[in-house]
Amino acid sequence: MSVTQLGMPSVGVPRKGFFTDTSLCIGCKACEVACKEWNDVPADTDLQITGESFDNTSALGANTWRHVAFIEKQVPATDPSAHDGVKWLMSSDVCKHCTHAACLDVCPTGALFRTEHGTVVVQQDICNGCGYCVSACPYGVIDQRKGDGRAFKCTMCYDRLEAGEEPACAKACPTKSIQFGELDELRERADARLVELKERGEENAQLYGRDPDNGVGGDGAFFLLLDEPETYGLPPDPIVTTRDLPAMWKRAAGAAAGLLAGAALAFWGAKK
Amino acid sequence: MASPLQWPVLRQFLEHDPSGRHHAAKSRATENLKARIETADRVVPSVCPFCAVGCAQRVYVKDEQVIQIEGNPDSPISRGRLCPKGSASLQLTTGASREKYVLYRKPHGTDWERLDLETAMDMVAQRVVETRRDTWEWDVDGIRTRRTMGIASLGGATLDNEENYLIKKLFTALGIVQVENQARVCHSSTVSGLGTSFGRGGSTTYLQDLQNADCIIIQGSNFAEAHPVGFQWVMEAKERGAKIIHVDPRFSRTSAMADTFVPIRAGTDIAFLGGLINWVITHDAYFREYVVNYTNAATILRDDFQDTEDLDGLFSGYDAENSTYSTETWQYEGGYAAASSGERDSHLQEQGSALGESSHPQSHGSGGPGVHGEWRRDETLQDPRCVFQVLKRHYSRYTPEMVEQVCGVPQALFQEVAEAITANSGRERTTAFAYAVGWTQHTTGTQYIRTASVLQLLLGNIGRPGGGIMALRGHASIQGSSDIPTLYDLLPGYLPTPHAEQHLDLDGYIEADSAKGGFWANMRAYTVSLLKAWWGDAATAENDFCFDYLPRITGSHSTYDTVNAQLEGLCKGYFLMGENPAVGSANTRLQRLGMSKLDWLVVRDFSLIESATWWKDGPEIATGELRTEDIATEVFFFPAAAHTEKAGSFTNTNRLVQWRDQAIEPEADRRSDLWFIWHLGRRIRKLLEGSADDADRPVLDLTWDYPTVGTQDEPDADAVFAEINGKAADGSPLSAYTQLKDDGSTSCGCWIYCGCRADGVNQAARRKPHTEQTVSSREWGWAWPANRRELYNRASADPEGRPWSERKKLIWWDEEAGEWTGDDVPDFEPTKPPSYRPPKDAKGPDALSGTDPFIMQSDGKGWLYAPAGLVDGPMPTHYEPQESPFENALYGQQRNPLRKLLPREGNRYHPSGNQPGADVYPYVLTTYRLTEHFTAGAMTRWLPYLAELQPESFCEVSPALAAERGLTNRGWATLVSARGAIEARVLVTDRMKPLRVQGRTVHQIGMPYHWGPNGLSRGDAMNELSSISMDPNVHIQEVKALTVDIRPGRRPRGGDLLGLVADYRRRAGIDEHTGLDEHTGMEGVRA
Repeated sequence: MSVTQLGMPSVGVPRKGFFTDTSLCIGCKACEVACKEWNDVPADTDLQITGESFDNTSALGANTWRHVAFIEKQVPATDPSAHDGVKWLMSSDVCKHCTHAACLDVCPTGALFRTEHGTVVVQQDICNGCGYCVSACPYGVIDQRKGDGRAFKCTMCYDRLEAGEEPACAKACPTKSIQFGELDELRERADARLVELKERGEENAQLYGRDPDNGVGGDGAFFLLLDEPETYGLPPDPIVTTRDLPAMWKRAAGAAAGLLAGAALAFWGAKK
Repeated sequence: MASPLQWPVLRQFLEHDPSGRHHAAKSRATENLKARIETADRVVPSVCPFCAVGCAQRVYVKDEQVIQIEGNPDSPISRGRLCPKGSASLQLTTGASREKYVLYRKPHGTDWERLDLETAMDMVAQRVVETRRDTWEWDVDGIRTRRTMGIASLGGATLDNEENYLIKKLFTALGIVQVENQARVCHSSTVSGLGTSFGRGGSTTYLQDLQNADCIIIQGSNFAEAHPVGFQWVMEAKERGAKIIHVDPRFSRTSAMADTFVPIRAGTDIAFLGGLINWVITHDAYFREYVVNYTNAATILRDDFQDTEDLDGLFSGYDAENSTYSTETWQYEGGYAAASSGERDSHLQEQGSALGESSHPQSHGSGGPGVHGEWRRDETLQDPRCVFQVLKRHYSRYTPEMVEQVCGVPQALFQEVAEAITANSGRERTTAFAYAVGWTQHTTGTQYIRTASVLQLLLGNIGRPGGGIMALRGHASIQGSSDIPTLYDLLPGYLPTPHAEQHLDLDGYIEADSAKGGFWANMRAYTVSLLKAWWGDAATAENDFCFDYLPRITGSHSTYDTVNAQLEGLCKGYFLMGENPAVGSANTRLQRLGMSKLDWLVVRDFSLIESATWWKDGPEIATGELRTEDIATEVFFFPAAAHTEKAGSFTNTNRLVQWRDQAIEPEADRRSDLWFIWHLGRRIRKLLEGSADDADRPVLDLTWDYPTVGTQDEPDADAVFAEINGKAADGSPLSAYTQLKDDGSTSCGCWIYCGCRADGVNQAARRKPHTEQTVSSREWGWAWPANRRELYNRASADPEGRPWSERKKLIWWDEEAGEWTGDDVPDFEPTKPPSYRPPKDAKGPDALSGTDPFIMQSDGKGWLYAPAGLVDGPMPTHYEPQESPFENALYGQQRNPLRKLLPREGNRYHPSGNQPGADVYPYVLTTYRLTEHFTAGAMTRWLPYLAELQPESFCEVSPALAAERGLTNRGWATLVSARGAIEARVLVTDRMKPLRVQGRTVHQIGMPYHWGPNGLSRGDAMNELSSISMDPNVHIQEVKALTVDIRPGRRPRGGDLLGLVADYRRRAGIDEHTGLDEHTGMEGVRA
C-alpha cells in the first residue's frame, strides 16, 4: 500500500507498520523497556504489583507506549494445545497507527500528523494538551501525561525511521514477535503465518487489525492473536470515532447553505 | 522570525497537503529531528553484562557520554536482540542509581563517611598486609600450607576474565585460598557433572545449535525467562517442527511456549530421568553402535562392586562413621584411579571447617578423572559385570509407576516424553537437553547433571548437531570465572589447587592427578607454564618453578565454609566484588552475622546493596539482634566501573570468549576491578618491599608489570589477555595449548585459553557478521577449547569416520585429505584416522584410538558409569532433598548419605517424610528467576524501568493452596522456615498445580529470589528461609527444593519475628539433631 491511500500525496515511501505475532511472544517486556530507553519515557513510580498475572504496567498510556498483556486462561484439558488446563497468552500492544486516525482528525492544533511512513505522530512542541485525541481514540491508546498535560503515544520511533533504523521495540524483541516493515509485505507474511498456525491446530488464531475494510480502514500496527480480541482486552470491532464527521460536515454545510440562501432570499425580498 | 510562507494555512496549499494533516503540519522541531545514534561521535562494540547468553551490544558515545546502547545485529548468538535487562543497559550505566564516590564506615560508626580514593586504597592495602601477617599459617599439624585463612574474597562471575585472572594471581601469591565466586553457588555441580561424564565441564553444545534439534527437553531451567535472547534458538527449532517439552515444578513463561508441559515435584528429577533411562534400555531404544563404541558401556567392573540395588540405596565402600565412600570397589576391573580422583583420606583436623573433607571434582572441568591400568571390554554388552548391565539393573526399579509415585508425573505424560526423546534420537534425529540451576542447586546436584549425561549418551546425542546438553549459565562471565577461576579448589584451566597432604611438590602434584591417556596427560606442561606466567624468571627448574609458592588447601574452603569461619572469628577480612551474599546466598542471616564478626569488609558494586548496608539497616538491626554501635566491622564501599567503562572479555554460556572495548572512562571514584586489584597489588608490594620474610617472596616475585592506558592508570586489559594466552621463550604469542612445554620455556596464564590471542591478534575481538559465515560462525569471538563450538564432535561421525546421516552431519574423516573436516573445529587430533589403534604402552593423546571421541577422558569414552571423580556414587541415584514432605519411595536411604551440612545455631533443619513435626512445614518451595530481574537484584532492583515491571517480591500459589491457607491474590503472606520468616505478596494462579504424590496431595510454592530490602523494587529476601545443605562434590547449596509453611498476612516486626520462627521450631520439635539422621544412624555430617 502506498501512502496515497491515506489521503495524502504520495512521497514515494511505502507505508510502514508493525505485525505483532503473539504466537511468538515470550512476555519478556523487552519492547516496553527498549521503547522507554529510546524515547526517554518516564517509569511508573507506583511500585506495587497489580496482582494481574505478570502485568504490572496494566495498559497503554502516556508513559507506556508498548504494553505486554498476560492472560491466564483455563482451557479444557481435552484441548490438544492445552498445557495442564491452563494457557498463558502474552501479547505486546501498541498504538495501531490507524488508516483513518480519529486522533489526527480531531487535533485542533496540528500537533498530530501523518508522517511520510504512514504513521501517526504527536509533535510535542505543538501539542497544547487539549485532550480531544484521548477521547477520540477507539482503542484507548493515546493519553495525557500527568503533571505535563500533553498527549503521548508510540511514534513508531519516527526519528529512527528517518535514520533508516527499525523501531526500538522491534529491534530488541528476542523472538521477533514484533516485526517491523512495509505494511503490504507484513500483511502477506501474516496471512501465510495464519494458515500455518491453523494447520498446527491453533483453531482460534486470527489476525486483528489487518483488514483494510475494518472500522478504521485497517491498522498500521496489526496483530496475530491466539484467541478472541476481547480476551486480550482489545475492542472486537473498533470504528473510527470520526466516521460520521464527513457526513455531519456535509449536512452542516447544507444547513449553512440553506440558512445563507434563506437569509439572502430574505434580503432580496426586503429590497423589493 | 518565521517567514509568512511558513504559515500552516499557506503550506497546506503550497505543499499539496490540502487537509493539512501531513507534511504541512510538521513543526520545526519535527523537521530538525535526528535520531541520536546518528549524532554519535563513535560506536563501540560491547557485550551485555547480565546473563551468559552474551548478546553483542553497540555503545553510542557523544561528547564522552554514552547516549544509547542497543543490540548488534552482526552477532551470531543474539542477532541484535536484547531482553528487557539488556535493553535497560543505558539506565544501568548512566542512571542515577550508581554511586560515584568511595564510602567508609568506621568501626562502630552509625553512618557512611566520604574518603578519597587514594586514602581508601592505602587503607585496604594496609589491612590486607596486617591481617595476613596476623593470620599467617606456614603449616597445619606440621604439614606445609603456606597460606592465610584470615582473608576471603567473593565474586567474579560479573567481572571480566582479565579481572578474575589478576584477582586469582594476586590473592594466590598472598596465600589467600578462600577465593570464591557465584560459580560455586550456581553451576559448580555442572563442572563436576559434565566433567566426569565427558571430560570437560562446559556446555557440550552452543545456543545456536539448538535450532538443529528435533526435540528439546528443557528441565531445571526457566529458559525463556532467564535467557530470553538465547531462547530464540528454541523458537527457531519449534518453527522447524521440533517438539519442545518443559519439565518443571511450575508453569512459567517457558512452559507457555512449550508443546508439552510436565509438572514435577521439586527435587525429584533424578527419578524422572532415571525412569527415562530405564525406558530407553528396556525398550531397546538406545543407539547401540554409539553406545558400544563411544561410551564405557562395554567396560567390565570389579566383581566386588555392590549397587544400590544390593544395599538399599547405598553403594559398596560406605563408611557410616565418617559418611564417606571408599571408591576402590567402583573401579574398572584392572584399573585404578589417580590418587586424588576420589575422596581424599585426610588426617588433618580442619580448623574452622565444619564441612569436612572434599575431593576436587570441579578440577574435571577440562580433563576427566585419571584412571590407570588395563581393563576388559565386552562389546556384546552381555557380561553381567559390564557397565551396561550394571546400569540396566541400577535403573530397573525406575518404572513409570515409580516415577508417578515419586515425581507426581502421570504415567501418560511420562510416556509422552519417553516416546518423544526416543523417536527423536538415532542416526537421523537428535534431541537436546537444556538445564540451569534448577538442576544444579541440590544436595544431589552433580548427580542430576550426570543422569542427563547418561541418558544423552545412551541416546547417542552428545557431539552431534541438535543434540548435547546445554548448560545455561547465568552471569556474563560465570563460565570465564570457572575457567579462570576465582574458586578455592582450582587454578586456571581446571588445574587443582594443591592439597597439603597430596601435593608436596610438583612431581607429586602431577603424579596424583594426571591421566595415562588423553590430553590431561600433559598436565605438567600446563602447570609449569602457569607458574612461569605468574613468577616469570623467578620460576626455574631448580626451584620446582616456584610450585612451593602456591598456598595449599586442606579440605573445603568454599564460600559456605568461609561464612562458618567468619562466625568462628577465624576469617577477618572480606572482599565482595560484584556479589551480594546478604540476598543471594543460602541462609542470608548467617551471611550477615558472619560479616558482623569481620574486622574489615570491602564491597565493590554499583549501588549500596544489602551486603554493604546490613550494619545500618539490615534485618538483624530491625529484630534487635545486632546494634549498629556494637558492630566493629570497618566497611569500605568502592563504586565499580560499568561494562561500558572498561575493556575486557566475558566468556558466555557457549564457552565463547567475547571482547568488549572501552567506550568511555569511568567518572569520579568509579574504577574497574582490574584497576582496583592491580593498584592494590602495587601498594601491597610497596609495603612489603625489602621484606626478608620468606612468606612475602611469592608477592615480591610476582610478575606484576602491566602497561597502562587512558588517563586513570588503567592497566591494559589486552596485555593481561596476552599473558593468559601465553608466549614462547622468544616472547612470541602461542596459538594452541599443544605448544605448551613442561621445561619452563613457555608461559601461559590459562592453558585452555591458549590461542585466544593467536598470532598476536585478539581473537575474542573478531566480529565477522554471522550473515557472512556458516552456522558455527567461527570467526565471531573465540571459544575454548581451540575455538571449537560443538564439543566431542568426533561423535557426529560413525566409528569409520562417516556422518551418521546426511541430515545430522557435522565432522567427518576425509580419507583423501587425510584429515577430519566439517563445519567446526574437529574435537580430535586433526589427522588421526578412524583406523588408528594405540600401540601398547602409548601415553597421552596417543593412547586414545581413532574411535575415542572423548579426548579429555583417560579412556576416551563417555562415562555412563563414573569409576572415579565423584564422592557420592558412580551412578546417579534418587534421594529426597534435605527437606522433603515424603519418604524416599525407592530406597531405605532417605537422603544423599554424603551431603554436606552445617549444623549450627541459625541453620537448623526440618524433619522430613513421616518424622514427627514434618507437617509443621508442609509445603514445598522452589525458587526461580524472572525475566525482569537479575540474580540477587543488584543490577536491576535499582533501575526504574525494570523495577516498575516487577515492583515487589511475591510468591505464587495454586487456588487450592490459597483456599487451604486463606491466601488472597495480591494480599500478603508470611512464609516460615526454621531459619527465618519473610513476607511477600501473593499471586494466586492456575499455573501452580497441586500434585498427587504417594497417594496424597502436595502443594508447591514458587518464589523468585531476586528481592532484598534495598533499591526501588523491594521485598524480603527468599534466602532468609533457605538452609545451608550441600552437594558433597562441590558444595553447592540446595535452594530449589525446601519445605516451608505459609500463612496469610504480614510478618511480625521487631523481635516478634524471631519469636514466630522459634515458635515454629518448637512446634516441629527441632533440635541440633533434626535432619541429620538417617535410617542407618547419625552419618552424613561431621560437626
